[in-house]
Amino acid sequence: MTTAPKQLHLAAHFPGVDNTTVWADPRSRSQIDFSSFEHLARTAERGLFDFFFLAEGLRLREHNGLIHDLDVAGCPEPLTVLAALAAVTDRLGLAATVNATFNEPYELARRLATLDHLSAGRAGWNVVTSSDAFTGENFRRGGCLNRAGLPQALGSARTEGNPLTRAAELVATARGLWDSWTPDGTPRRFAHRGEHFRVEGEFTVPRPPQGHPVVIQAGDSPEGREFAASAADIIFTRHGTLEAGRTFYADVKARLAKYGREPDELKIMPGVGFVLGDSDAEAQEKASEIRRQQISPQHAMLALEQVWGQDLSSYDPDGPLPESDPVPDAALVQGRVRTGDALAVAARWRALSREKGLSIRQTVIEATGRRSFIGSPRTVAAELAEYVAAEAADGFVLVPHLTPGGLDDFVDEVVPLLQERGVFRTAYTGSTLRSHLGLAEPVWKG
Amino acid sequence: MPPIRPLHLAAEIGGPPRYDPGHYTALARLAERGALDFVTLGDSFARPGPDALAVLSRVAPATRRVGLVPTVTTTHTEPFHVSSAVATLDWVSRGRAGWQVDVSTTGAEARLFGRRPAAPAAELWREAGEVADAGARLWDSWEDDAEIRDTASGRFIDRDKLHHVDFEGATFSVRGPAIVPRPPQGRPVTVVDGTADPARETAARHADVVLVRATTPERTAGIRADVRRRAAAHGRDPDTLRVLAALTVDLGDAESAPEPGLESGPPLAAHGTYYRGGPVDLADLITQWHRAGAVDGFHLTPITPERDLERIVNGTVALLQHRSLFRTFHPGGTLREHLGLARPASRYAPGRVLQGERT
Repeated sequence: MTTAPKQLHLAAHFPGVDNTTVWADPRSRSQIDFSSFEHLARTAERGLFDFFFLAEGLRLREHNGLIHDLDVAGCPEPLTVLAALAAVTDRLGLAATVNATFNEPYELARRLATLDHLSAGRAGWNVVTSSDAFTGENFRRGGCLNRAGLPQALGSARTEGNPLTRAAELVATARGLWDSWTPDGTPRRFAHRGEHFRVEGEFTVPRPPQGHPVVIQAGDSPEGREFAASAADIIFTRHGTLEAGRTFYADVKARLAKYGREPDELKIMPGVGFVLGDSDAEAQEKASEIRRQQISPQHAMLALEQVWGQDLSSYDPDGPLPESDPVPDAALVQGRVRTGDALAVAARWRALSREKGLSIRQTVIEATGRRSFIGSPRTVAAELAEYVAAEAADGFVLVPHLTPGGLDDFVDEVVPLLQERGVFRTAYTGSTLRSHLGLAEPVWKG
Repeated sequence: MPPIRPLHLAAEIGGPPRYDPGHYTALARLAERGALDFVTLGDSFARPGPDALAVLSRVAPATRRVGLVPTVTTTHTEPFHVSSAVATLDWVSRGRAGWQVDVSTTGAEARLFGRRPAAPAAELWREAGEVADAGARLWDSWEDDAEIRDTASGRFIDRDKLHHVDFEGATFSVRGPAIVPRPPQGRPVTVVDGTADPARETAARHADVVLVRATTPERTAGIRADVRRRAAAHGRDPDTLRVLAALTVDLGDAESAPEPGLESGPPLAAHGTYYRGGPVDLADLITQWHRAGAVDGFHLTPITPERDLERIVNGTVALLQHRSLFRTFHPGGTLREHLGLARPASRYAPGRVLQGERT
């Protein structure tokens, strides 16, 4: 007996966060002109992708008190760009990263509902959080999340704890607002009183075409997995090997049952790079060159100082790692997500460097970076299909290294091979993002 | 007789709430065909309707010349987000963005956010001024040539051309710099309804375009003179302001109504002037007020956008064009160019040319 192979989902991320974009490449164009967004989005739609995904910036990164100047910096506000992209695309889902720490539920629910109406049901929201006072310096809530700048009458009894609990309450409140209009278009009063928010009144936008815009959760922490299992439609993650992916997949899918959800109701989509070549060998060579461009000697030293938490400018990027241990909790680099315990990271890097005889720069190149699929279109198509068949992912968020043409080859060369294998659609069958993802419209809970 | 200044025309395209973008796109295209300077889209957290900035962003790729000015409120929103969104509208429209600053004064609006109680209008307009000020500083915080892509040194930006704004207001502070690089117009156009006293000071200090609602050309001219005087007191060149008379118009279904003219008071408009008559009479009124030097132009709010905007464009505007009082095409590409306003230099750029602006 044969069954149809499992279908994979594809999304595209507009690059430009951290050092992904190889801006020095002569084919690299503006990261801010609308034409760049239009090109990438149209390419993704031509490739029948589920959605297009934009990052959000809230504060420029700083290093040692100076604005970080090596990477593509500056990006537009994502929901506004997506509203414009709704005019030049028909089917493509449009997802924005919007921070749950520096937004209020009423306004955010309204902007997302508007995008869903303007795009006839294609909106998605990637929920991220921040506990970073550095970022908070740009917002009313300020640098200290415990103070929150609340007026005495309203705020004195409230506390601002874990940003994830605020995010969970924000998502739940937004969903309540989306459900506050009856499906036949009658607004009803809404009231929410919670730990973080008090919202009372009438919502100004009818229930969105998708019921609720698609909710994406980014991040792998145990709390993040639990939040995703309870409330998200997609989890956006990063997992290197097939084995790590399978472990993560099994863990997250197993968490769904206790929330009364089926495994298919949460899609697991890692963010991955890709490099294509005429042959696997040529692709490998290109990938090495791209990594060298992404991790310049200055980048390598910055990464090293981020882990070690101290000025290491006297070290040679082509020389060995420092002998001294990192200074824990030093905030030399600000505005960037810190990944894990510095001492553990340093130990891992030292082991890697010793084992392979790598310099500082070579170590950083090896140790950082996201999972990339590298090879001929045939190899890449086979590997992507294998990940999905082996339950290491439900699909992928592709992160090209060039703006705006970085997706062209993938759509022209890999997508047809995925279609040939029968693992990817040959036409959009629905018009909403939920329909592309095979997700049911949420039940109205008036 | 005062010299005739170029006439500026703008129209509101909001009406009863609609959620399909095609409706708004059609109206904006109609205004564009009439060579209007800009369209506005009103917004409020207090009544049904979509987010105006998002709607006009959706309209941007479907239009080419007309300016796009959503209402953006400053009371319960984040100044940093507001400045990013308006700058982004300028990017997606290639230099056609503005924003009409407004405040949320009611307890009902405050309860939608639950983080601060309602406050008097005067206080909120002071804050709105601070939001406009912080926004302008954020728009300036990237100098125009901050992105260098210098492969030799490996630097994408010149960090010396990015600036912390360190804005300290009474209710918020912003460190900066912006996340969005400096928008195409340098600063998108700031519009304020300066009719009521609490808003007028904010308008004089921060607005590029000031809307006034008054029933006679004399009173309008008086408010215009007052706004210009106050702007000068803030060190601004009054000629960098455009004062538009705001009229709510009902062009009915007759070419010329029995008694065309202005009615004061609130039958349909919240506070202001209500014109009822035919498109030809409206053209006459615009001509008279403009010839009298009372205003730089008009902001027209049609009672029924689909019907009245068509009559404004094909009747009133066509007649004004026939009389050579209004241009027949957009000579420039940006909203600032339509309005005859210079692109401001960043206040942080060394050796910038002073243009009578407050620094």
